[in-house]
Amino acid sequence: MIVETGHFALALALALSLVQMVMPIWAARSGDPALRQTTSQAALGAFACVLFAFAALTWAHATSDFSVQNVVENSHTQKPLIYKLSGVWGNHEGSMLLWVLILTLFGACVAGARNSVPPRLRANTLGVQGLITFVFVLFIITTSNPFTRAVPAPLEGRDLNPLLQDPGLAIHPPLLYLGYVGFSISFAFAAAALIDGRIDAVWARAVRPWTLSAWCFLTLGIAMGSYWAYYELGWGGWWFWDPVENASLMPWIAGTALLHSTVVMEKRDALKVWTVLLAILTFSLSLVGTFIVRSGVLTSVHSFATDPTRGVFILAILVLFIGGSLALFAWRAPLLRQGGLFAPISREGSLVLNNLFLVAACATVFVGTLYPLLLEMLTGEKITVGPPFFNSTFVPLAIPLLLIVPFGQSLAWKRGDLLAASQRLFFALGVALAVGFATLAMTAGGPVMAPVGVGLGAYLLIGSAMEIVARARGYGARRTRSPAVIARRAFGLPRSAWGTSLAHAGVGVVVIGIAAQGWASEGLASVNPGQTLAVGPYVATLDRVAPRKGPNYEEAGAFLTIRTRAGDEVGQVETGRRFYPSRQMTVTESGLLTIGASQVYASLGEVGKDGSIGLRLYYKPLVLLIWLGAVVMALGGGLSLTDRRMRVGAPAKAKARALPGAAVPAE
Amino acid sequence: MARVAILGLTAILATAPAHAVQPGEVLKDPALEHRAREISEGLRCLVCQNQSIDDSDAPLAKDLRLLVRDRLEQGDTNQAVRDYIVARYGEFVLLRPVFAAHTLLLWLTPALAVLLGGFGLWRLSRRRPAGPERRLTQAEEAEVAALLRRE
Repeated sequence: MIVETGHFALALALALSLVQMVMPIWAARSGDPALRQTTSQAALGAFACVLFAFAALTWAHATSDFSVQNVVENSHTQKPLIYKLSGVWGNHEGSMLLWVLILTLFGACVAGARNSVPPRLRANTLGVQGLITFVFVLFIITTSNPFTRAVPAPLEGRDLNPLLQDPGLAIHPPLLYLGYVGFSISFAFAAAALIDGRIDAVWARAVRPWTLSAWCFLTLGIAMGSYWAYYELGWGGWWFWDPVENASLMPWIAGTALLHSTVVMEKRDALKVWTVLLAILTFSLSLVGTFIVRSGVLTSVHSFATDPTRGVFILAILVLFIGGSLALFAWRAPLLRQGGLFAPISREGSLVLNNLFLVAACATVFVGTLYPLLLEMLTGEKITVGPPFFNSTFVPLAIPLLLIVPFGQSLAWKRGDLLAASQRLFFALGVALAVGFATLAMTAGGPVMAPVGVGLGAYLLIGSAMEIVARARGYGARRTRSPAVIARRAFGLPRSAWGTSLAHAGVGVVVIGIAAQGWASEGLASVNPGQTLAVGPYVATLDRVAPRKGPNYEEAGAFLTIRTRAGDEVGQVETGRRFYPSRQMTVTESGLLTIGASQVYASLGEVGKDGSIGLRLYYKPLVLLIWLGAVVMALGGGLSLTDRRMRVGAPAKAKARALPGAAVPAE
Repeated sequence: MARVAILGLTAILATAPAHAVQPGEVLKDPALEHRAREISEGLRCLVCQNQSIDDSDAPLAKDLRLLVRDRLEQGDTNQAVRDYIVARYGEFVLLRPVFAAHTLLLWLTPALAVLLGGFGLWRLSRRRPAGPERRLTQAEEAEVAALLRRE
């Protein structure tokens, strides 16, 4: 009964989203602003309905209701409860429902953000949001219904793909979807502006918190996915340039560009048309990201829902939103008045340069991902575009981008002084070079690119600290040398300044983590219990190999002790191979020992005739920095979100607290 | 009981797919093995999704790894090994696409994107402001004032 009610709630959400879509148009026609209020109410109602539907499906999974087809296909009575719950979105139908849940959640948030969004813009945005919700709920109901009953109901389910039975899965898709779907708000704002033919700094200010929160979630989602692949897939890589990974990276890059161009638009009234186009592209890439996985065009670990029959509907959705919004853009964008101009040497100039490199990087990933497909369609030739291509094209674009990061923040708006900015950054450059050369000297004979990367990371870290110092020191007549004044001004800086600096520092941390992988080492041997294998500065001893039994799997576990070369014990590692009888699948469980930010990674290979095991060991120096850096970036974004200028519906009193003299020029 | 457990263990390990480079495959000469790894990192496992034969569990990847090592032991250069494998399996096997007419657009994308974008920016920065600023209407002024008050 609960399942049917959930199904009904979904149908109700479909109707409400239609109301949400139509009301702003009606309000504009009839000139009755009260009708706009109905839009907000419909958005809240649609959210409540989808939430109920999602709860109903979760209930069916939690209680192992095998009369529901979706539960039969993805659950098992012996599966641990956490995976019963995360299994709700570990399949195509359920993940679509989660997608729509987040979509309506954002819609409800916009409906609730009364103070920060002008009413007309809010209603139009919600109208566009209503159209998106309508199409996706229709997609779920007609082609991917999670509430379909199984008749007759089997006694046992088929269990979830063992690779997906992992805490990583519980977190990765919701974060990723919060990111993807969050960009739908930026998209809806852009479409609303185009429909209205009006766009200004108020628009930029209204859209910025939504873009920023989506970006934070997507950053965390990608980092989580990367870490999950690192420990779950068992060969120690952390980024594979897999089409599905690229699909999540593209909206991230475009979203990063959008974030920066929105700042220029808010502060300088420039780049209006470009920002609108970026908002459209970012969400379009998010749609491609969600659906490239499901279309059956590309297959990989992620495509747990390959079904070509849905392909047509998906293609229609992509054409409707991407084609439709670009057509709307081509038609209406000329109406938007081009805003202020900018000098090349200024903060906005450097942000434009940032956009140039980000978009070029995004285009490279896009073309690289789809090129084999297009080439085969056009000429029949089959080629592969793999990691070596991306590494040799993406990295040269990323390096100049990273080099200009600290420049942007130390240049003033409107007219910056490149010489003064360079002098300010001279210190950062000097320290970075010193760090790079010191690292090179210490690791003589090792890879050359690794010290270069570490130097670049150090440059970004110091550069981001300099951002705060430069702004606190002030420009022109306000410039001061007094440390007390600088400290007072630094604390008085808006939180968004600190957030920016933190996020840029996070980039530096990621760069150091990636660069350090140049020193990673690997050991591979057949070992018997009692024998050892050395890797990097450590030695692993295989203590024993023993079977174990988990709730829904059997495991062969290898137990290792890790010691330094000098013989001091560092810790224990277990690695194993799990066999899931319900799916007849074997999965490697890698063993990780974290030492500081470095890790020793163990993974179990095949067994020899003499009973020895194939053991693969990796030493991954500072590898955790890659993901910690991403977390720092997201924290920086989060800190910016708490800035009073961005807080949704912030109370007015905050203004009185601002320190006199702490105001930032041109803000 | 212990025997059952050991049987179970053997069964798990035996059904386990071959896992990437196996100890038995490693060549005795470290220099040769290093070259083998270098080559196999750039070769695609034909039955997998975007995975190099070095990382893959598939039996076909194992065959290719052994083939690479076999050719190296017979004295082939790195390029000769690659050419040999491309001749047998086609260009599809290379993770790094060749630079040729049919991949020209692919390889030039980054440079084209930067150049075209840079050209657009250059044009934009040379443009002079057109016409006087439009003043806000009274309604808009009021809206701005209301928003500022709420800050």
